[in-house]
Amino acid sequence: MSAIRNIISATTIEEVQAAVSMIGPPLLARGGGTKPALSQADGVGTLDLSGLRGISEYDPGEYTFTAYAGTPLAVVRHALAEHGQYLPFDPPLADAGATLGGTIAAGVSGAGRMRYGGVRDFLIGVRFVDGQGRLVRGGGKVVKNAAGFDLPKLMTGSLGRLGVLVEVSFKVFPAPAAYATVAATLPTMAEAARMVQQLAAAPVDWEALDIAPAPKGATLWARLGGLKQALPPRVARVQELLEDSRLLTPAEDEALWRRINALDFGNAADMLVKAALTARDIPALDAALAAAGAVRHYSAAGNLAWIAWPGSAHDLDRLLAGQRLPGLTLRGAAAFPLVGRRPAAAFLQPVKQTLDPAGRFPAFEQDAD
Amino acid sequence: MSFSTALESLYPPARLLREPAQLAPYESDALTAFRSRPRAVVLPESSDEVIETVRLCHLHDVPFVARGSGTSLSGGSLPIADGIVIALNRLNRILRLDPDARIAVVEPGVVNLHVTHAAAPYGLYYAPDPSSQPICTIGGNVAFNSGGAHCLKYGMTANHVLGIKAVLPNGAVIELGGESLEPVGPDLTGFFVGSEGLFGIALEITLRLLPRPEQVRTVLASYHSLAAAGDAVAAVVASGLLPAALEIMDKLAIEAAEMSVNAGYPRGAAAVLIVELEGEAGSVDAEFARLQQVMEQTGADEVRLAEDDAARARIWKGRKGAFSAVGRLSPDYIVQDGVVPRSRLGETLARIDELSATYDIRVANVFHAGDGNLHPLILYDGRKPGELERAEELAGEILTLCIDAGGSITGEHGVGMEKRAYMPRMFTPVDLDVMRELRWAVDPDELANRGKMLPGDSPEGSSASRHPHPLERQGIISRV
Repeated sequence: MSAIRNIISATTIEEVQAAVSMIGPPLLARGGGTKPALSQADGVGTLDLSGLRGISEYDPGEYTFTAYAGTPLAVVRHALAEHGQYLPFDPPLADAGATLGGTIAAGVSGAGRMRYGGVRDFLIGVRFVDGQGRLVRGGGKVVKNAAGFDLPKLMTGSLGRLGVLVEVSFKVFPAPAAYATVAATLPTMAEAARMVQQLAAAPVDWEALDIAPAPKGATLWARLGGLKQALPPRVARVQELLEDSRLLTPAEDEALWRRINALDFGNAADMLVKAALTARDIPALDAALAAAGAVRHYSAAGNLAWIAWPGSAHDLDRLLAGQRLPGLTLRGAAAFPLVGRRPAAAFLQPVKQTLDPAGRFPAFEQDAD
Repeated sequence: MSFSTALESLYPPARLLREPAQLAPYESDALTAFRSRPRAVVLPESSDEVIETVRLCHLHDVPFVARGSGTSLSGGSLPIADGIVIALNRLNRILRLDPDARIAVVEPGVVNLHVTHAAAPYGLYYAPDPSSQPICTIGGNVAFNSGGAHCLKYGMTANHVLGIKAVLPNGAVIELGGESLEPVGPDLTGFFVGSEGLFGIALEITLRLLPRPEQVRTVLASYHSLAAAGDAVAAVVASGLLPAALEIMDKLAIEAAEMSVNAGYPRGAAAVLIVELEGEAGSVDAEFARLQQVMEQTGADEVRLAEDDAARARIWKGRKGAFSAVGRLSPDYIVQDGVVPRSRLGETLARIDELSATYDIRVANVFHAGDGNLHPLILYDGRKPGELERAEELAGEILTLCIDAGGSITGEHGVGMEKRAYMPRMFTPVDLDVMRELRWAVDPDELANRGKMLPGDSPEGSSASRHPHPLERQGIISRV
């Protein structure tokens, strides 16, 4: 364990426990540092976990693996791909160096969550160090398990404020052998939102269904995955559903989804915010965001919005709260990362109080503890 | 006002049960070896009545157990002797079904299969399908994070619950999640699911509905040994296919199913394997061709494709009716629910076979092979002295096998009152302390489903939760 100014690096679970047990400013864990609003705050020390890494168990026949929290997504992606497997929820910022622990703590999933669900649906076990320095395990290493409280779910989206994840177990799936993406142009975002809703209700196994504003109207991207020989007729059928559409080349397909995974929206100075919504919320939200000059991208048939916001956190908080939508700041100045509609304090506060009674991690909210 | 008087003013006599004959049906659930008579059973018809009842329990320090159809195999809805049962069957409305958003908002007493029936006209369905789905309720499914035969691909109940409105044990009403597939902040919805009633009662549940798969292919293969069927599962998994279901039944279970529902399983087979592929027509056709190649290499005695929906329904009728069918072979049985890593299935089953011989107790095996989720049915006769104890001891040995193999004591039935003694073998004292503290933080008096999930909890029937617990000593929590 080494400490330089306000940064403590931990490369073992014991070092994480020791760091949490010290007297000092509250700590936030940092893996790859790709979501700085969640790993930095004024008056908060950094617990660097990039050295707590490595896959500890992986048996492809089990469809599961266990790894230390600081393991980069790119390392996991490579190890799984060697056996034709993947994390289907397409964890964002993989190329930028995001880690497993950061992905879970932020509770973020990418466009691929359309197919089988998000990070919450694939995380099966956690070990974390709580605010009292205790090493706690929840869940397990098998794909199905109903014993005890579902702590893996609780830690998903816990924003580093309930404990420091140190080791995690995931369920994985066989990866599609091939992909194909169809891009279509629609006259307005409202029509694009209606279209993804319709498509999502069709008996088609969508890998991703994304929309975003285009210079004239909106673009819709529909991605399919599966056995290569089955793709051409499936693509033809999608093109029948979507007028004015075009099949991307394999290179275009790969580049497009890599760019979306990189969350490369707006300017570096903008706040980058995730919001949860449904396709029905898009027309009103998108109009308000457009008026404020924000860049928008919507994944998972309109269930997940990425917003590059040029204004203040306060204004975005009010905008989202006005539409009763919850949001999370990943990048940009934010004293507290949650914006818009907040979680139920009557349930969250007793949980926070139990796992972090002394405030070794920051609060979820101003004045909350 | 006393608790009894308060209940009388809240419920008309027909919905407040206190006579022994009225209480009898509520004394036990599907874990029939245990029973306990509650002081009263109330039958609320609205969320407000549930909330008011919980507040009364909190005010008067009376423990309560929420109950749906009483199908818990782990004793999850076993009453507490000095407590009340809140029976939720009359809260059985589907409050909203929104085909465009593909969600259903339901009350806890809605029967699992009724959600799918209501969604069917829109080409949608509710995926989690526990074998008891024609009678079990969503409230119970949420409390115990129920599974089913299609978890391999679709996950458990928690993966299909988007939002919950619930009453906490202190009477506070909270709303978790919403209608979006995507949560923000700590996944409190997912944390509430599977909490076995310890965090209170779900009043409204927002469920995710899926488009009904366009094509389903169901294959039934028979094998001359259980090990060969297990190897076939490994081969299918290694092929890169993702079946929606991979189920195995052994000889005894096959015989029982045949006697009971005449499912048409090959007589005399040592094991049958059910493999189901589903999805888009184009995909399933290509995957099925692949599956056929794989199955040809597995040494099956016979491979049969369900030709139509009726044939498919027949295969599943045998599988889903297996528990009750096995019940015909024996006056009593215990169903176990352990999980092992898939690669350890073979050796675990062989060991169960040996234990069965050692204890001289028959064990039928029906299991979700794709998930490594075993369901040994331990057959015994409760009228024979000592046989229940021997059956329970055997059940314990099987759970130990699962834990030693790196698995779990329960895949989908929950810990309930039945398996809580095994929790310390799966979790460390610290893990269990943390779970207990989380429970106390939400319910310091242990009013909600006392005596379930956590070991060393006050035994049911007693109200010994009065000792101060660590959080109280630290001054973090206090009693009202």
